[in-house]
Parts: sequence; structure tokens; C-alpha cells
Amino acid sequence: MEFELDPADLAFREEVRAFFATGIPDEWRTRVRAGLRLNPEELVAYQKRLAARGWGAPTWPVEYGGTGWSPIRQYIFWTEAAEADAPAQFHQGLELIGPIIFTYGSQELKDRYLPGIVNADDWWCQGYSEPNAGSDLASLRTRAVRDGDDYVLNGQKAWTSYGHVASHCFVLARTSDEPKRQQGISLLLVDMKTPGITIRPVATMDEKHHTNEMFLDDVRVPAANLVGEEGRGWEYGKVLLDRERMVTASVAIFLIQTVKAIREAASRRTIGGVRLIDMPGFKAKLAQYEIEVTALQTMVLRVMADAAAGTDSGPLGSMIKLRWSQLSQAGTALWVGALGPRAAHFAPLDNSHDLPADMPYAMQGALYARVTSIYGGSSEIQHNIIAQRALGLKG
Amino acid sequence: MRFTYSDEQAMLLDSILRFGQEHFPPTERHRLIRQGRSGETDAWARMADLGWLLLPIAEECGGLGGGIIELMALGEGFGRNLVPGPYMASCVLAPALLARGGAVQDDLIEQIGAGEAIVAAALLEDDGGYDLHHVATRATGSDEGWTLDGAKAHVEDGGDAEWFIVPARTAGGVRDRDGLSLFLVSASAPGLRVERFRAVDGHRHARLELEGVAGQLIGSQGDALADIEAAVARASCGYLAEAVGSMEAVSAITLDYLRTREQFGKPIGSFQVLQHRMVDMTVACEEARAMLCHIALSIPKGDAAFQRAVSAAKVRISECGIYVGQQAVQLHGGVGFSDELIVSHHLKRQMMLAIAHGSIDHHRMRFAA
Repeated sequence: MEFELDPADLAFREEVRAFFATGIPDEWRTRVRAGLRLNPEELVAYQKRLAARGWGAPTWPVEYGGTGWSPIRQYIFWTEAAEADAPAQFHQGLELIGPIIFTYGSQELKDRYLPGIVNADDWWCQGYSEPNAGSDLASLRTRAVRDGDDYVLNGQKAWTSYGHVASHCFVLARTSDEPKRQQGISLLLVDMKTPGITIRPVATMDEKHHTNEMFLDDVRVPAANLVGEEGRGWEYGKVLLDRERMVTASVAIFLIQTVKAIREAASRRTIGGVRLIDMPGFKAKLAQYEIEVTALQTMVLRVMADAAAGTDSGPLGSMIKLRWSQLSQAGTALWVGALGPRAAHFAPLDNSHDLPADMPYAMQGALYARVTSIYGGSSEIQHNIIAQRALGLKG
Repeated sequence: MRFTYSDEQAMLLDSILRFGQEHFPPTERHRLIRQGRSGETDAWARMADLGWLLLPIAEECGGLGGGIIELMALGEGFGRNLVPGPYMASCVLAPALLARGGAVQDDLIEQIGAGEAIVAAALLEDDGGYDLHHVATRATGSDEGWTLDGAKAHVEDGGDAEWFIVPARTAGGVRDRDGLSLFLVSASAPGLRVERFRAVDGHRHARLELEGVAGQLIGSQGDALADIEAAVARASCGYLAEAVGSMEAVSAITLDYLRTREQFGKPIGSFQVLQHRMVDMTVACEEARAMLCHIALSIPKGDAAFQRAVSAAKVRISECGIYVGQQAVQLHGGVGFSDELIVSHHLKRQMMLAIAHGSIDHHRMRFAA
């Protein structure tokens, strides 16, 4: 085994550290640590700053506007970003549709859409889930019917996160009925300004507007916006889901921010004159959490090293997704617990303003964390994937 | 950066796996363990021939100078086949302590490497928890040398030791970090009472009572603690890798059982509730292996970082190992509870590894400190 970074990687780390030493506003900090996404305009500003430095797409090849970084450099980049309380980049364009476009899309689609993703001129959302197609995505019913040079889309999508701010949406729709449900599904790139699209906000338990339902009524999409071949969208979609788990690997690194937040909250609060952070019971809980985060981070590093060596990590990505969601839930719960009775002070009424320093974000993070084991393939689906792919167990 | 063994390390692991299958097949385990030390002596002699007993000993002490990663490969190999014996105690921990110096020690290290002597370190005392600095045993010096008085609550793998390495106070109070010295004591020394015990995993341990027992000072006086802590951390790495090898082995055995055992007319591995349990066991194995990598990553960062990483690994690997062992028994059902199958032996070994050189709680607080 070899664990030391080579001098070029060490120099790279210094470069990244210097970049993150400035430019991260203090007011982002608490939300970032709570695992909450920043507001779209803040994320766009952050993405534009990265793009200006040439670091807009850390996981992409150079020819498509990416950095071409090795997995180890990606790991270094994310670790430094996390240490500096920088946010994770918004992933739906960068990690979900971008790679599909440069892998399967036509030259025209690549030229038209890839730069906008890296520069944050476009904001992409995902049109996959439907009211009756959640974990069982292949049962989706939205239809795309070819009509001249267009496809005409009809159907209803669910959990369209950031659909209310997105400029574009990548949609899975049925283009034909085949004996196998996974066949006959196509992937289409849709401009959100197209007539016939209606977005309705969905209220979620964290009281933050990030997701929506989307209605598609005779939405005309140019046939040139079909990615790859008609009827093969499911295969591309599966690659997306794989990447979504790899994204989790990068996000998992950001759990060290939650550790910091818990430590700060527990340092502020005293009980009987003793700081919570100095109480053995709390200390033990925090140590346990930190140790489990360490295990997960090292699993991520292994995925990266495997990727660098060209070895297939198999379903290690699923394992990371599974453990990351558990730890983001456990960490935010520990944080909220550290706030004590004042965790009940979520929002000020009347002219009150004396909220605890990390409220409402700590509580919002704890609530938001509940969805991390549901989206991107629920924990139960991850279990099925690992059982089938790693263990060869069939139902 | 690479997370796999080098070719040489992989070859070492491979030969230990073959050695384990040859000398300690599950079918022979009961018979050999019932025989005590004599059930292990053939294998021990073979290990000496292969140079394995010398492998973890420093080159300046006449050993082969194997590092932490080699030690992990050894431990992993032992764990997969539950190879018994006082390897980590006698070939890793004792030589690291003896390296503090002295002519007799050089001879003894040579005997350890040749498979002619077993040496165990008597580190824990009643009322001291797992704190290595908690030492009430006192050493008194005179013209005729040192004599020791006190008691040691648990000597890991001390049941068959010919020599004990005994920390004793030459200065300071019971829980002071300064004032500790190491002494070499013969198991047959007058005034030494050795009580021997077998553990559920077949390892044989000891308790000591010392009344005016003659001991030879090892190295300098009063400053032994740092060396003791470093040596224990090093030996712990072997045990941690053993835990990972054992949990991966019993996990694989369980997966095989899920595929072949039929109930309700189909393989029990087709039931989702068992599949998901098996997945959780697999994830636990991955986490445990990641903690070994975490230790390896900490080595270049210096001794404090290394020892903190070992404590973190002790917590998580022990938790994962016990979980995997318990669930392996559960998924095997009744036969998992039987003594005949190797499955329950893995759980018993995991339980013992989890308390060797510090419990989960001990290391969690050490990590937090």
C-alpha cells in the first residue's frame, strides 16, 4: 500500500487551499454545515467563480470544459472545499445530465449545452420520478409521441427539484410500448420556457421550497433534443443513477463540516457551568460520530483510488450512499440535540429575534436529512442493488 | 496512492492463508485447541522455519523489520482461518518492548524469532481499566538488583509464556505517566504466582501476583510509558487486521449458506429481509477495512496521529466485527449456534479481539481526549 501524495498533488492542494482561503461568505457557513443547499443565486455565483478559475467541472474531461483531474485531485479539491465551508456544487447539470450528453449526445447537443452547465448560464432539473413511478422508475407513464420534427410530451412528473428556477429539464418519457418495461423509454432535453409546462411547488417538512410537481401538456420538444437513440433512455438513465451515487461520494466528504458544527454548538452551550462538549456522555457520542465519518471518508478515498487505478469498485458507491445518508441524519440530530430546549425555537414570531446562532438551519438540516435516504435510490433500493450486484442474491 | 497490498505483501497473505488451511482446518480446530499449547507447537515450528516469527521484529534487534502493513497482511491471514497462538503478544508486542535495550534481551529476541521462547507483556492491573499508565506494582532496587511487588489482572496470551515483561513503578503515584520502568521476569521466578485461563477463542491468558520477585530492568528507568503505548498500538494493528480477516471470512461463509440453504422451497438468500441483513454485514466489512486504511494513512503523520487512528479503528472495527459475527450466527439459525460450525468461533474471536488492548468504550474516550 502507498498512502502518500506525490509532490505535484501536494502543490495542487496548496493551490486549492489558497483559492478557498477567500471568497466564501461567513453567512453561507451554517447552511453549508447543515447540509442545506444555498439559494440558487448563491450557487450560481459560486459556480461562476469556479468556472472563471477553470475549475467549473472537476469530474469532466478537459475536451468538454472539465478539469481532467485525477480522482485523487478531485478528492483533494472536495476535501479542501469542505474544510473551507464551501458548498458542494449543484450536481444536476454537472454530474447527472452533463456526462450523459458528452457520452451519448450528438455533437450539436454537446456544443449547445455543455458550456452552459460549466458556466452556470443554464440550470438543469431532473424529470424522472412520477406520482406512480418512484423507486419503481420503469413504470413511468409520461409519453413522448413523434410528430414531424418534434416529440410531443404529455404526463406528470414528481419531485422536480429546482424546477421553479431551472432553465432546462432532462426528461425520461415513454416513446413506445415494449414487452420489457425498461425498453421504449427515451431521454429528452427540454427548455423550461416551452409552452405547456406547469410547475407547482410542493411543500416539504423542512419548510424550504426546493421541489415541485411538473405537468407536461402537449409540450413540443425538437427531435434533435433526443439524447442518443430513441428507446434507449433507460440505459442512459441507469448510468445517471450510478453517477448520482458517485456524487454522493463527493458529498460524503462534506460531513466533516457537520462535525465542526456539532462541536461549535456543544462548545457554546453549558449545563451547570460545564460546557456540553466537555461532558463525557456527549464527548463519547461526538467521538463515535467522528469515527464513523472517518470510516466513510476512507471508503470514499478507496473509491477514488480504485477509479484512479481503473479498478471497478462495484457497488461501493451504493454503500457510500447508504452510510452517508445515515450519517447526515445522525449528525444533524446530534447537532439539534446539542441546542437543548432552544431547538424548539425554529422561527421568530412578532418582533422576536434572539434565535440561537445556528437556527433555523440546524433544524432544517435535520429535517432535510430525512430525504437523503429516500432520493437518488432509497436506502432499501441501495440494499437491493448491493444484494444483487455485489452478493449475487436474487429475489 | 494505492489501497492494495504490494505483490510481496499479497504473497505473504497468500502463504498465511494456505498455512491456516493446512494447519488449522475447522474440522481439526476442536482437537487442537483442547490440546492447549501442544496443539499449536507443530504450526509454531513451521512459522519459525518460514521466518514469520522474525518478520515483525526490528532489523536492529535481528528481525526482518516488517512494517505495519506486513503486520496487517499477517493478521488478516490469521483471522481468515482463525489461526490460534500468541503471535501478536510474543512476536510483535514483546520484541517492541524488549527493544528498549540490554544484552539479555537480544538473546531473548533471538529465541522468540527461533520459536524457542514465548514472552508476554503483563500490562493491565485491577482498578486500572485499560489504562496502560495505571500501575501500582512497585519495583525496589538494591545491590542485588530489582524486586517487584504487586499484581497484574490480565496478561494477554500469557498462559504459555516462559517470560513476562512487567511494567512497575520506580517512581511516582499509581496513575502518573512518569516513573514507569519495564522488567523482565521469568515465569518460574520464586515469589511469582501465575494463574492461567482459557478464553472462549482458545487463547490462553494469565493473571500474576508478584511478591519480592526478581526482575531485570529493560532499558532506561522511569520513562517506559511512551514505548509501552507505542508497542501496544503496533500490536493492536495486527489484531485489527485479524478482526477484518475473520469478519470477511465469516461473511463469505454466511453468503454461501444463504445461497444453498433452502427453506419454504427456495434458497433463504431469496428472502429480502435476509438479503438486506447480508448487505449490512458486507457494508460493515467495508467500513472495517476502510479503518485499516485509515491507520495506514496516519503512519506518515507521526505517532500521535497514528495512535489516535488506532483508537478510532479499535472502536469501529470492533463494533463491525461483533455485528458481523452475531448476524452470521443469526442467519445460520440453529447450526450457527452450534459449536461444530466455524461460524460461532468467529463470533467468539471477535468478542475477544474487541476487548484485547482496550475496549470500544476505552478507545472511544481515548479518541475523544
